[in-house]
Amino acid sequence: MTKEPSRLSRALSDYPLIPLTLLLVVLVVALELLRPGIVNERWIANTIKFAIPLAMLAACQTLTMLTGGIDLSAGVAATVVAFVMATQVPVLGVPLAIAVSLIPAIAMGLLNGFGIAICRVHPLIMTLGTGLVATGCLQVYQRFVIASGSVVPESLAWLGTGRTLGLPNSLALFLPFAALILLAQRQTGFGRLLYAIGSNEGAARLSGVRTWQVYFTLYALSGVIAGITGLLYVGLIKAPSLSLVNPMLLPSVAAAVVGGTSIFGGRGGYGGTILGALILTVLGTLLTLVQIPEGARGVFFGLIILAVTAIYMRLTNQT
Amino acid sequence: MTQILPRSPLLNAQGVSKRFGAVAALKDASLSLAKGEIVALMGANGAGKSTLVKILTGALRHDNGQILIKGQDRRIGSPRAARRAGLVPVYQEPSLIPDLDVRDNLRLGDTPVEPFLHWVSELGLPDLRLDAMIGRLPLASLRILDLARAIAAEPDVLLLDEMTAALPADLVDRVLTVVRAQADAGRSVIYISHRFTEISTLCDRATVLRDGVTVGDLPIEPGIEERIVELMLGAGVASAAQSRPPKPRPAGQKPRLSVRGLAAGTKLTDVSFDLHAGEVLGVVALEGQGQDEVFDVLAGARKSLRGTVLVKGEPAHFAHPADAIAKGLTFVPGDRAHALLMQRSVRENIALPLLARLRNWGPIAMAAEGARVGAAIERLQIDTRAQGEVRRLSGGNQQKVTIARWVAKGVDTVLLFDPTRGIDVRTKRQIYDLVRDLADQGAAVLYYTSELAEIRLACDRAIVIFGGRVVDQIEASAASDAHLMRAAYGLTEKDRATEKDGATA
Repeated sequence: MTKEPSRLSRALSDYPLIPLTLLLVVLVVALELLRPGIVNERWIANTIKFAIPLAMLAACQTLTMLTGGIDLSAGVAATVVAFVMATQVPVLGVPLAIAVSLIPAIAMGLLNGFGIAICRVHPLIMTLGTGLVATGCLQVYQRFVIASGSVVPESLAWLGTGRTLGLPNSLALFLPFAALILLAQRQTGFGRLLYAIGSNEGAARLSGVRTWQVYFTLYALSGVIAGITGLLYVGLIKAPSLSLVNPMLLPSVAAAVVGGTSIFGGRGGYGGTILGALILTVLGTLLTLVQIPEGARGVFFGLIILAVTAIYMRLTNQT
Repeated sequence: MTQILPRSPLLNAQGVSKRFGAVAALKDASLSLAKGEIVALMGANGAGKSTLVKILTGALRHDNGQILIKGQDRRIGSPRAARRAGLVPVYQEPSLIPDLDVRDNLRLGDTPVEPFLHWVSELGLPDLRLDAMIGRLPLASLRILDLARAIAAEPDVLLLDEMTAALPADLVDRVLTVVRAQADAGRSVIYISHRFTEISTLCDRATVLRDGVTVGDLPIEPGIEERIVELMLGAGVASAAQSRPPKPRPAGQKPRLSVRGLAAGTKLTDVSFDLHAGEVLGVVALEGQGQDEVFDVLAGARKSLRGTVLVKGEPAHFAHPADAIAKGLTFVPGDRAHALLMQRSVRENIALPLLARLRNWGPIAMAAEGARVGAAIERLQIDTRAQGEVRRLSGGNQQKVTIARWVAKGVDTVLLFDPTRGIDVRTKRQIYDLVRDLADQGAAVLYYTSELAEIRLACDRAIVIFGGRVVDQIEASAASDAHLMRAAYGLTEKDRATEKDGATA
C-alpha cells in the first residue's frame, strides 16, 4: 500500500518551497563566485524582468496541470494575442485593440475545454491541435493585415522594459497577478476543484461537481492568462512576429514541473512555479557565462532540469 | 490439534518493533505459525496489523526483533525475497494489471496456468476465460484470481488480508473450503479478517495485537469471540451491540424516497421499495444481483432503463450526481478509492461537496468552512494525526471521511454501500451509532451490507434483492441470518406486492 515517508520528506512535502528557495540561492551564489560582482541591483532587475513572462505563461501550465492536464496552446495563444493587438492598434487604437486581441485566446481556450470536457480528448493532444490550428489561422490573418503595419503601444513597452526605483515596471502587473492566483488556488471554490479533479475526477463528480464547467472555465482562463503574457512579452521584445512567444512554451512547462507541480494532477501550486521560473532564468544566465559550446549548454540545461525534478519528487515523496 | 506453543514453528516472529519517526507502529509483536496451521491475526485499526504484514512480506524492514523462517533467521528485504522464503500474500486490493488479460497477468508473475485454472474452478469461477481483460472483471472475481494465483505458486505460508471482504456469501464458502484444504495439505495460513464467523469456523488460533503489542494468542474454541473483542479493544469496551426493537412507522406519512419498477443495465430488472424519513433500510443481496445498479441510479451515476424514482412524492430524474445531490440524495460508494482525493487533506475532502456548485466557486469563507468541517470530524471521531493527506489515514478513518463529507453538507437521504467493509470492530460500531443518530434526526438511510448481522445491528427493516428484483422484505428484529441467506438465494420468494404492507407495526 502506501510507503511510509520519513520525517524529512514529510516536512518537505508540508513545506515544498524550502528546497526550491535553497536551490535558487545556491545558483545565485554560484553565479557570483563564477563572475564576482555580477549580482547587483541591475542584474536582479533584469532577471526578474525576463522571469516574469515565463512565470506568467507557466501559470497556464500550473493551473491546467493541477487537473492532470496541460496547455500546449498557451505559447501560440500568447503569440496570436500579441500579433493581433500590434496589427490592430493602427486601426482600432490601443484599448480596443487589446480587448479585440484577447478574443482569439478565449476562443482557443473554449475550444480546448470543449475537446477535453465533452469529447474527452487528452489535454496534451487537444491543446497541441488547437495550437497548430491557431498558428495556421494567424498566417492567414497576416496576409490580410500586411498593409496596415504593426505598432507596439508605448504603454506596453513601458510595462515590459521600463524600470521604476530600480525595479522593473512589469512587477506592477505581476505582483497582483501572482497574489490573485495564489489566493485563488487555495481559498476559492474554483481553485479547490482544480486539485479535486486532478486527484480523482470520479470522486469530484460523485460529490456533485459538473467537471465540464471547470474544464471550460479553466482552459478559457488559461487562454486569457496566455494572452496577457503575450501583451507583456511584446512590450518587452517590441517586435511582434508569428512565433514570438512560442519558444517559451516548453520552458513554461519546465518551470511548473521544477516548481513541484505534478503533471498527473492534484499536487503543487503556483508558489513553486514562480520559484521554478526564477531558477530557470538564473540557470540560463549561469550556463551562458560558462565558456561551453551552444549545444553542450542545451544538454546541461536539460540534464539539470531532469535532475532537479527527480530529486525534488523523491524528497517530497511524490512517487 | 491446536496448542498455544506450536511444535517447531514454520514461521516465528518475536519482539518485532517498528517506528515511523515519533510514532511506534509496532512495539513488541510476536506471531508464530506451525506447519498446517491457520492463525487469525486480529486487531483494531492502528493496532499494527498492516505494519506487521508489511514486514513479513518484505514491504518494510523491522527495527528490532527476530523473524525465524524454518528455524533460520531471515531478514526479508523485498517482496521477492518473501516469495523466495515461501511466503505469498494476497492483499485487500487486487494486484492484477487491469489493461492486460488474465493470461498475460499470469505470465508476468510466472504463474503456472494449469494449476491456476484448477484453483479458479475450485474457488467457484469455472467459466473464467484466459483472454478476459482484468479491468472488465468484477472485484469479487479479481480477489478469487489473486487467491488462485497465490495458491498456484505453492507457498509454505499464505497470507490472506481480508480475503472475503468483497465476496458474496457463496464464494466465501468456497474460499473457506479451499483454504482449509490447503492447511490440511500442510500449508500454513495467516488469516486477517474482521468476521468472527469465518475465524471461528476456519482458524486454529488467533493472535491479537493492540497498540503494537501482541496481547493474546488463543486457541479458537466456542465463545472465544467476546474474549478476542475484549483483547482487541482493551478492558471495559467489549459488549456486543444490541439489535433494536422494531420502530413504529407513523401512518400516512409520505415516503422520502419511492422507487418503482427500476431497471438498469443487464442485472437490475424490477426493483421497488419505499424509504421513509427516520428509517434505516437495509439491502441484502449476493454479489451482482443488481444492488450496485440501484445505488448508482439513485446517486445519478448511471442511467435507468425503466422505472420511476419519487423524492418526497415528486418524480425525480438524475442525469448527473449533482442532480441527485440537489434532491438530497447523497452516496457513499463501496470502494473508498472512488470517493476520496487521496493526496489531499481531510479538510479538502470533507469540504468538496460544499464547493461543487457554480455559485460556490468564489472565495471560501475559511472560518465557516473550518467550523463545519471541524464539527463533522468531531462527530465522526476521525483521527486527525495524519490529516495532511487522506492516503496516510487508516482504512476506517478514510471511510469516516467519506461519510463526514455528507454530514458536513447536511444529510437528507444517504445511500451507504457496504460502509463497514474491511474496517475494525470499534469503527464499525461508531458507524452503526452514527447511522442511527442520523436517522433519529430525520435522515433516511439506504444501507447495503455484505454482512448479514449488520441488518440487525444497524437497520430497521431490510429488503432482499435477488436476480434484479426485491424478493423479500422483513423487519430487522426478525431477520435471522438463516432467513436472510435463504432469501438472498431466492428461496423464499414472496409475492412482490409487499409495498402495501405499511401496517406491520
